[in-house]
Amino acid sequence: MSDKSTDAYWKANVRVITICMVIWALVSFGFGIVLRPLLAGIPIGGTDLGFWFAQQGSILTFIVLIFYYRSYMNKLDQEFGVEE
Amino acid sequence: MDQYILNLIFVGGSFALYIGIAIWARAGSTSDFYAASRGVNPVVNGAATAADWMSAASFISMAGLIAAVGYGNSTFLMGWTGGYVLLAMLLAPYLRKFGRFTVPDFIGDRFYSQTARLVAVISLLIISITYVIGQMTGAAVAFSRFLEVDSTTGLFIASGVVFCYAVLGGMKGITYTQLAQYVVLIIAYTIPAVFISLQLTGNPLPPLGLWSTHTETGQPLLTTLNQVLMDLGFNDYTGNHGSTFNMVLFTMSLMVGTAGLPHVIIRFFTVPRVADARTSAGWALVFIALLYTVAPAVGAMARLNIITTLWPQGIEGEPLAFDAKPDWMLNWERTGLLRFEDKNGDGLIQYYNEARPPARAAEEGWAGNEMVLFNNDILVLANPEIAQLPGWVIGLIAAGGLAAALSTAAGLLLAISSAVSHDLLKKMIAPNISEKSELLAARISMAFAIALATWLGLNPPGFAAQVVALAFGLAAASLFPAIMMGIFSKKMNSTGAIVGMLVGLLSTVLYIFTYLGWFFVPGTNMLPNTPDNWLFGISPLSFGSVGAVLNFIAAYITLSMTKEAPAEIQELVESIRVPKGAGAAVDH
Repeated sequence: MSDKSTDAYWKANVRVITICMVIWALVSFGFGIVLRPLLAGIPIGGTDLGFWFAQQGSILTFIVLIFYYRSYMNKLDQEFGVEE
Repeated sequence: MDQYILNLIFVGGSFALYIGIAIWARAGSTSDFYAASRGVNPVVNGAATAADWMSAASFISMAGLIAAVGYGNSTFLMGWTGGYVLLAMLLAPYLRKFGRFTVPDFIGDRFYSQTARLVAVISLLIISITYVIGQMTGAAVAFSRFLEVDSTTGLFIASGVVFCYAVLGGMKGITYTQLAQYVVLIIAYTIPAVFISLQLTGNPLPPLGLWSTHTETGQPLLTTLNQVLMDLGFNDYTGNHGSTFNMVLFTMSLMVGTAGLPHVIIRFFTVPRVADARTSAGWALVFIALLYTVAPAVGAMARLNIITTLWPQGIEGEPLAFDAKPDWMLNWERTGLLRFEDKNGDGLIQYYNEARPPARAAEEGWAGNEMVLFNNDILVLANPEIAQLPGWVIGLIAAGGLAAALSTAAGLLLAISSAVSHDLLKKMIAPNISEKSELLAARISMAFAIALATWLGLNPPGFAAQVVALAFGLAAASLFPAIMMGIFSKKMNSTGAIVGMLVGLLSTVLYIFTYLGWFFVPGTNMLPNTPDNWLFGISPLSFGSVGAVLNFIAAYITLSMTKEAPAEIQELVESIRVPKGAGAAVDH
């Protein structure tokens, strides 16, 4: 594998990680804590959506993020011919 | 059947299972002992990681912590799961590709420096040894309550069992016992929760029951809980009553700390391929989420259950009488973790918030809150009794609590012993040692680690809670940034990494000791531990993420003043970044 394609592979990896990290921070630090007042108007089971994100929603989002990253990288590995 | 016999059957049965697995999965080589020969199925590794990670704190303490505060302690739920996203994307796949046995091994080789390796070993030992104390004391609590032995005997039994499978089987034995322990602990946690959710909401799934209608009052469960709490003068459950700033910092410290814990990281060395490390992290979080989405439901429901037990006729009615206390209260009073006091001598238990007493308190001559002590750890363990579930469920909870404590203890002991036998002995003191001698050394250091953990369990420094904060803080501030820079910054050199780790390590230790006392000795703190004394309002428990930032900054400043990493190291980093060729790393 040439240096050029190593660079392209790594750039694509860092890009997808950055996107995932933004969502990771948004659901936990954002919706769950700092931005909770913004979600106060959306009711769920006697409380608001921010409480749901803090107690369950962010965990479920984390799982989706990891499995998305996994399948994205498996495809990327094949595209660049670096899979095992 | 007698409850004691039932407990004995469940605990004894689960122990026999672990020992059986240990005999079946004996380790024959160092690769077996350190990394289960890298042949573990990624889903199995996910379950083993979940058991490795979910400690006595997750199983026994967490729901109680959430119940006590409500929304504010969501930090534990987000913090202890969010770290897996960091692991899956920033650390695990590349560390697996690198193909070493321990965390200091990576840091020492990547930063081509024995000093870096030594700093990493020291961080690892402080983190893992402090963490293991909590597991041993957790096991002792479960033993003394359920098997009616004194906690010293309980500790010796627990140590004996761990000794069997950890020393014999190493990582291989630990992996498959952790799998069994995961099954035991998740069943034990879920069954009482399902019953309680059914009783309160009619919904058999606790994670959904939390948002459902409370059958008795016909309104959402959380609305009812908020109401009764406020009627008794407590804060409402769903509101934010603390500092948002510290909530963010504390959550971040738990996330980064989780990703930097050596005993969790080494689990990802056991899978065959890089792609499996990513898959494994996903499965680990799925298995963890099975408990972590149930925990907030257990917390809210148990809190409501306890209040309705103490106020059987409602908040406006007459409270529970002292001589009408249910058996579970009597059982737990004997452990010293629960205490009542009839302050006004009327024979009734008034449970309320003294700081904001309800209107009737003055009229009826209440003399203060009479449930004077309710240790958070009781909540999960007493849950089946509070909900009046059959005896076998109580036996199951006993086995589950022990599984959670012992599985984590074994992972920690392996991290400790491999750092000693592989990094200190093989890589620093005696490089020419044969594989057979190294394996023997690994077993001996494991035995020493168990003896030390038992001793610390018998003589627990009375500050276990703060010590865990130290473990997370140090993992976040020292190891995580070093590993991440080792992968994501090709040019990072040894001086930068060492300066970074030392700055992270020392700043975190100093900040914590300033407010909590030197080595946690009470009275030796230099500033009182109150929010107006904290630097920029940062709580000492939340400092780990700040220490991590300081580590990164110090490392990059040092790098800018020194020569970048040599060409061959930069090539090495390039090779870590692509999965191809990881298989070859098995034999080295």
